[in-house]
Amino acid sequence: MGKDKNYFLNEKPEKMTYGGVFRKINDWARARSLWVVAYGTGCGSIELRPTFTSRFDAERLGMRMVGTPRQADVLIISGYLTVKTLKRVIRVYEQMQSPKYVVALGACPINGGMYYDSYNAINRLDLYLPVDVWITGCMPRPEAILAGFKRLQELIDSGKADGWKKYIENLDWYRENQRKIIKNWRMPNYNW
Amino acid sequence: MMWAKIFYAFLALLGGIAYGLFLGGVSRKITARMQNRRGPTIWQNFIDLWKLFRKKTAISHGVMFYLAPMFRLVGGAGTFLLVPIVVGSPYLSNFSFGGDLIVLMYFMVLGCLGMALGAAESGHPHAPIGVTRGLSQMAGYELPFVISVVVLMVADKTTSIEGIVRAQQGGILHWHLFTHPFAAAAAFISLLGMMGSYPFQVVLAPQEIAIGPPTEYSSTFLSYMFSGRSVFAVAKYLLFMNLFLGGASNLLWAFVKTFVIFLWPLFITNVFPRFRLEQSVLFFWTWPSLLGLIDLVRIYLVR
Repeated sequence: MGKDKNYFLNEKPEKMTYGGVFRKINDWARARSLWVVAYGTGCGSIELRPTFTSRFDAERLGMRMVGTPRQADVLIISGYLTVKTLKRVIRVYEQMQSPKYVVALGACPINGGMYYDSYNAINRLDLYLPVDVWITGCMPRPEAILAGFKRLQELIDSGKADGWKKYIENLDWYRENQRKIIKNWRMPNYNW
Repeated sequence: MMWAKIFYAFLALLGGIAYGLFLGGVSRKITARMQNRRGPTIWQNFIDLWKLFRKKTAISHGVMFYLAPMFRLVGGAGTFLLVPIVVGSPYLSNFSFGGDLIVLMYFMVLGCLGMALGAAESGHPHAPIGVTRGLSQMAGYELPFVISVVVLMVADKTTSIEGIVRAQQGGILHWHLFTHPFAAAAAFISLLGMMGSYPFQVVLAPQEIAIGPPTEYSSTFLSYMFSGRSVFAVAKYLLFMNLFLGGASNLLWAFVKTFVIFLWPLFITNVFPRFRLEQSVLFFWTWPSLLGLIDLVRIYLVR
């Protein structure tokens, strides 16, 4: 690790306080400027393209696709999540800067969907990452995705979308679950 | 008097940042309308900026990483402060002085260089690729721009923006856009490269190298870069207004003329795909440079 010291946190991240004088304005702005990391984990990402382009135009809600997790606010788990992808998803999620939100798309992150008995797919996503909004369907249409994002905006507006805080508070529990699935944990302990 | 000047320059800077953010929102709206969709509100960039400013940061990549967004902001703000908004006005001429055009051409590079150092320290492989491309691209568009600026300097026998503006007074046909059309064409093509408009968008190159140099930058860092970028864009529009469109006699004209200049890269960017780096640099070194040289030769022959 030595020379990479600058690139990762070496100890557990602190609990983050949230609020302050501008809390209302912050929540208002956060709800209206959701940047989504352009990362499709499963087949659901095929529905994200029409959502973000001319037909359904998610940009009118202030949403945008960004190419790097550092600048993103929302991570969409689009469909089934394999064991191999889970590792990448954890790294992406932890590299995002707080406050950050997770949207689970489709039936697969809820109970495994049609891959419920697969040897390499995750059945319940919220054992590994804190999920703010679930959107069911297989696959949900862009209308459903937009409705889900409306719900996420309402949650952020009222200050209830605090999955990122719970993740840091219960990091040990999440880590335990994650390590059960990922046998070869060859990445930094704290990916921030 | 000095303090009053600083106060008015500071007000102008705030106004410049707000105007740049507003123009960014307008450009997103126009792009959306051209793609047949509704698009965000024109205030979207203000909301984005506030959100980025209030996001938290948990990473540290060293000293230069912290300084680079500041370089970007100072580069943008400094360029803005060297360009007069309304020439002759005691309130709106910022800190322009005789010979400022040469200082300005050096100063415009500062933000890019700071960004290059900071991005290189972030350690992400996409950042050095973006930086290499950015600096090569700069070597490309600087040539036609410098040629056309030299044409104006030689023609008007002055190196101050104020002098160049005064040389263009007396009607629309005295504008350098019409008296030196080839030099103006060269400069306006190099403006496309400066603004990172689409045929020459090799630096940020979305979908290709993530977002290039600022890949590792987040939250507050990004908000500084964002506002620096906005004010830098406004500074360049103002500079082009002063060099080619005869300056502005009041604030309203400044708004109108900068808005017209702002539309030029916007319309180009929405209808073109992307060059590769060597195509882009080669283009700048041939056609716009040749156009600029035509006027340079013409200036010497006519005298």
